[in-house]
Amino acid sequence: MATATKYIGKPLKRKEDPRLIHGLAHYVDDLVLAGMLHAGFVRSPHAHALIKFVDTSKAQSAPGVVAVLTAEDVRGQIGAVPCAAVLPDMKAAPRPVLATGRVRFVGEAVAVVIASDRYALRDALDLVDVDYESLTPVVDPEKAISKGAPVLHEPSPDNVAYRWELEGGDIKKAFKQADKVIRQRILNQRLVPVAMEPRGVLAEYKPGEKTLTVWSSTQIPHLLKTQLAAMLGAPEHSVRVITPEVGGGFGSKLNVYPEEAVIAHLAMRLGRPVKWVETRRENFLCTIHGRDQIGDVEAAVTKDGVLLGVKWRIVADLGAYYQLLTPLIPTLTGLMLAGCYKVPAIRIEIIGALTNKMSTDAYRGAGRPEATYYIERLMDLIAAELKKDPAEIRRKNFPQPKDFPYATPTGVTYDSANYQKSLDLALQKSGYAKLRKEQAKLRKQGRYLGIGLSTYVEICAMGPSSAMPAGGWESATVRVEPTGKVTILTGASPHGQGQETSFAQMGAEILGLTPDDVHVVHGDTAAVPYGIGTFGSRGTAVGGTAAYKSLIKLRDKLAQIAGHLMGEDPQKLVFGDGRIWSKSAGNKSIGLIEAIGAAYVAKTLPPGMEPGLDATTFFEPSNFTFPFGAHVCVVEIDAETGDVRLLKYVAVDDCGNVLNPLLVEGQVHGGIVQAVGQAMFEEAVYDEHGQLITGELMDYALPRAGALPWMETHRTVTPSPVNPLGVKGVGEAGTIGATPAIINAVVDALAPFGVRHVDMPAKRERIWKLMHEAPPRRAPRAPAKAAARRQAGRRAK
Amino acid sequence: MIPAPFEYHAPKSLEEALRLLDRHGDEAKLLAGGHSLLPMMKLRLAAPRFVIDLGRLKGLDYIREEQGMIAIGAMTTHAEIENSSLLRAKCPLLSETAAAIGDVQVRNRGTLGGSLAHADPAADYPASILALEAQMTMNSSMGVRAVDAAEFFLDMLTTQLRPGEILTEIRVPALGKGTGAAYCKLSQPASGYAVVGVAARVTLAAGKLAQIAVGVTGVGPKAYRAVNVEDALRGKKASEKLLAEAARHAARGVEALADLHASAGYRSEMAAVFTRRALERAVARAAGTKA
Amino acid sequence: MSVEIQVRVNGQPHQSHVEPRTLLVHYLREVLGLTGTHVGCETSLCGACTVLLDGRAVKSCTVLAVQADGASVTTIEGVSGLNGSNGGLHPVQEGFWEKHGLQCGFCTPGMICASVELLGKNPNPSEAEIRHALHGNLCRCTGYQKIIESVRYAAAKMKTRKR
Repeated sequence: MATATKYIGKPLKRKEDPRLIHGLAHYVDDLVLAGMLHAGFVRSPHAHALIKFVDTSKAQSAPGVVAVLTAEDVRGQIGAVPCAAVLPDMKAAPRPVLATGRVRFVGEAVAVVIASDRYALRDALDLVDVDYESLTPVVDPEKAISKGAPVLHEPSPDNVAYRWELEGGDIKKAFKQADKVIRQRILNQRLVPVAMEPRGVLAEYKPGEKTLTVWSSTQIPHLLKTQLAAMLGAPEHSVRVITPEVGGGFGSKLNVYPEEAVIAHLAMRLGRPVKWVETRRENFLCTIHGRDQIGDVEAAVTKDGVLLGVKWRIVADLGAYYQLLTPLIPTLTGLMLAGCYKVPAIRIEIIGALTNKMSTDAYRGAGRPEATYYIERLMDLIAAELKKDPAEIRRKNFPQPKDFPYATPTGVTYDSANYQKSLDLALQKSGYAKLRKEQAKLRKQGRYLGIGLSTYVEICAMGPSSAMPAGGWESATVRVEPTGKVTILTGASPHGQGQETSFAQMGAEILGLTPDDVHVVHGDTAAVPYGIGTFGSRGTAVGGTAAYKSLIKLRDKLAQIAGHLMGEDPQKLVFGDGRIWSKSAGNKSIGLIEAIGAAYVAKTLPPGMEPGLDATTFFEPSNFTFPFGAHVCVVEIDAETGDVRLLKYVAVDDCGNVLNPLLVEGQVHGGIVQAVGQAMFEEAVYDEHGQLITGELMDYALPRAGALPWMETHRTVTPSPVNPLGVKGVGEAGTIGATPAIINAVVDALAPFGVRHVDMPAKRERIWKLMHEAPPRRAPRAPAKAAARRQAGRRAK
Repeated sequence: MIPAPFEYHAPKSLEEALRLLDRHGDEAKLLAGGHSLLPMMKLRLAAPRFVIDLGRLKGLDYIREEQGMIAIGAMTTHAEIENSSLLRAKCPLLSETAAAIGDVQVRNRGTLGGSLAHADPAADYPASILALEAQMTMNSSMGVRAVDAAEFFLDMLTTQLRPGEILTEIRVPALGKGTGAAYCKLSQPASGYAVVGVAARVTLAAGKLAQIAVGVTGVGPKAYRAVNVEDALRGKKASEKLLAEAARHAARGVEALADLHASAGYRSEMAAVFTRRALERAVARAAGTKA
Repeated sequence: MSVEIQVRVNGQPHQSHVEPRTLLVHYLREVLGLTGTHVGCETSLCGACTVLLDGRAVKSCTVLAVQADGASVTTIEGVSGLNGSNGGLHPVQEGFWEKHGLQCGFCTPGMICASVELLGKNPNPSEAEIRHALHGNLCRCTGYQKIIESVRYAAAKMKTRKR
């Protein structure tokens, strides 16, 4: 990449925004087609039950109702929900698009009602009578895999979907040599992604042309197209998927859902366009959930805090069925369990458990926040045990810059990093040493400040195809139009990330134009060459690289044409201000438009050159990238209520080179706040009957504006050698880095109470109990008032 | 998301509204600001056959001073109460309480009367209404009656309002010199409702707590007066220690609610904490030491 | 049974027959085709459906269309027509664009409407006041910080325009 740039690396405001700030953008629910019908699903109120009988007669005859269908009506016509992740010895758990004979989680679709308008549809949904015979549900994953639990799927009589094991180094020796062994159970609670736009699908079938068009709020238009063709038995070239504006995904729209296939089927069956849009309640019940792991760690360390070896046993709650990547996500946790540390020996056992709950799958970070949380909690546990500063323990275990590329015992190779540098910067920017003094002072006054650190590495730019379930490359076609405008068609499918802008910056830079001259098209399978989509922080690192390579191909072609026209060496031409300049001969130049014209008019091309200006690249990355960073969080806990207040947040992230720093900052902020959600507020709670009791925004708390401090973000830049842009990806970094920093701060605040670990979310009552019920290990020197309050607390019990 | 069908009436006068209410009885629901009723209807937890919209009534939307009391029309919105210069000067407790409700959009639509008549056990107003010893005026085709706030709340979602009655006015005292009041709340992080909300009103005379009223919401199935706290304070000289000790009685004898967001035990503890905080603030205000 | 209503939306008078249970948000989106106002929940907690009803921010999913009879509504499509707009953008819209106050854009119309009301009442809000005023609007992408910068930008812009 050129060092002096005009657009790349600059904080340009977004090209996407004008339509969005005027309310003129179109999300799925904003689309209206002539004759369009509305569909809605009748969903199981039981977590586990047999379906005895479905009576659709009343609903069929209700005003405005066009059809009511059950599994029986679509039998043999729609294939099961696809799962792209296949692990060794994995047992089957196929999900029919409509429940067949048995329901396995609350919210599973049993019937679909189609009506002429939304209101009639809503009324008719209540008229479908389903007779259930309830079965005992299994809700707790550990109980699910123990003897005698009710069985969800016959192929897994023990409800174990798979066991995934990995061992690297000599773990026995590590524990034999250990001065200390540290053990802890660490939970990653179940989360609901809650993209602000619920999912939606609209489908239209044109019988004359035999084309099925599906508009879906998805992150993966091409994969969806292929899967729909397979599920519906339709020729793939007749299926077109369009993602209009997508209102956030965070992994929840990186999937193929039953509703997408059912709605497409209905459009074909009824010969009219059909739309379905999820309610928020449905979004909570039947869009994938994230996390939900129980991790048990045993770490062998020296008395100085050097890691010798770590054993992990993780039970991952997969839910009732496999969605697209369900079984894979916990294994990503496994790959990253060494964190940014030298771990000479590791043993990992992951058990995927089937339970009567919604499936878990990729949610922002997808397996890596879990890993980082485990290991960053472990580092603090080691520091606490050895009474050392958490920063010192981390420093001791970092691999050094000269060690890169660095191979971990989990079998991945980190591309490039300087962990020490980002930690030092974070400590310096946060005023760490001063904060520690402040903390000591406040403790004497009975005030509980907590300072939390996290140094993370994550796995991004997914990824080399060899390590991906369905291809890890990305495509881009660049077309320079005859009038000098540029179109970039990308297989990535941005939904808020801003690549319409950052790719245009790249196009403008390389071809010497302005970003306004470059238009980015995505999310239409009829327009864009086959691609993979946007997830796993791959949009820029993989999709952007494909676009870059196509742009370079066209620049080279234009240079050849210009050199031919000018009688100059194409190698010595540069692009700028809409012209192609000769470096050697004074100010000699020709307009870019002349060279473009030559390519299309095709009379003056160099001999043997094909006409046209169109280049396609399928970029296959040689490795993942491994962004890293260091976060510092400061909290204060109200001893009377257990309320945790975030006082300060400093993030240092290294995502390699950056196309647009404004977009990077936005990704980091959003990621940190989603981590605040997991650390402090969010939790999908199923009761013992398998009912989701946090099934609405009334009970599932998301971070709101008032809960946050002003976040300070900094960057170090360690370019990735994996792609020519040197970018790493940043979509998930905030979430991965921040979750442990926040909880480490909470635990640090509670140190005077002898607390060594706190489960997420750090809800007030949980914290309050730790402060009021655990006898202080060494009584904090609180003033009389605080002590009296604590006593008052005990007396009232 | 979509309510069941209903027949809609928008009476122009109170008389007309009362006639409609008489005619439709149990099958009718009154629509004030709609921020309690409409969410329930959208989730189909309520499906009235008739909805009587009070929004077109003239004259139920006012805040005015009458003989040392402040009369507030039932259709007055939370935002109007929050921002009323009259209330801020003479009964700031109510403005402070209104400001603690939900969010701007909710406060712009929700009404005092609607909230009180709905009697959600976690609503904010009931604490302050009790602490202010407000009078609730209810109209029916039979006439008008008024009850004290203490008698108004009967149980979860249940009030003194009889079939055919509409809550029309709430009267609160103008707080004089030497009186201070405060509302302190622990919010449920998702919904913003009160896990615990405590309103305290104290009058200092010769350095002593001459009058005292404490209303508590969120803790039990209905809002209540914390009489044990009041008894422990009345006639005594306010001190930090005394307030803290008295506040410990805040949930005594109350069967505290338990839910996902707070166990019964925690709720009771927080009732004590927030009672002390409200008392401290009210005393400081009464003494003129703090705003 | 349908009811006749007259509503002025973004300055345009409309006369419509609606079922009484029609929510204002559905009236705006489906009857008038103004799809810039979004539906993000059914419990009045996300704020994506925020519009200005007689100048006040309300959640249009918790208002019946019949309740808006005789009222004036401004949706995101009409914000640029409000006082103080210049060159087709309201200062708040300009702020969101300049300061990267949006990513996926779904919460943005509601955020902008709530911010317009705030600046009408309080032309120079502090960070805390902005956070408080936007309490009723959820955003899952931005972490709110750039939204706050956007509102500050708008406040500054509105001040210089008034001069």
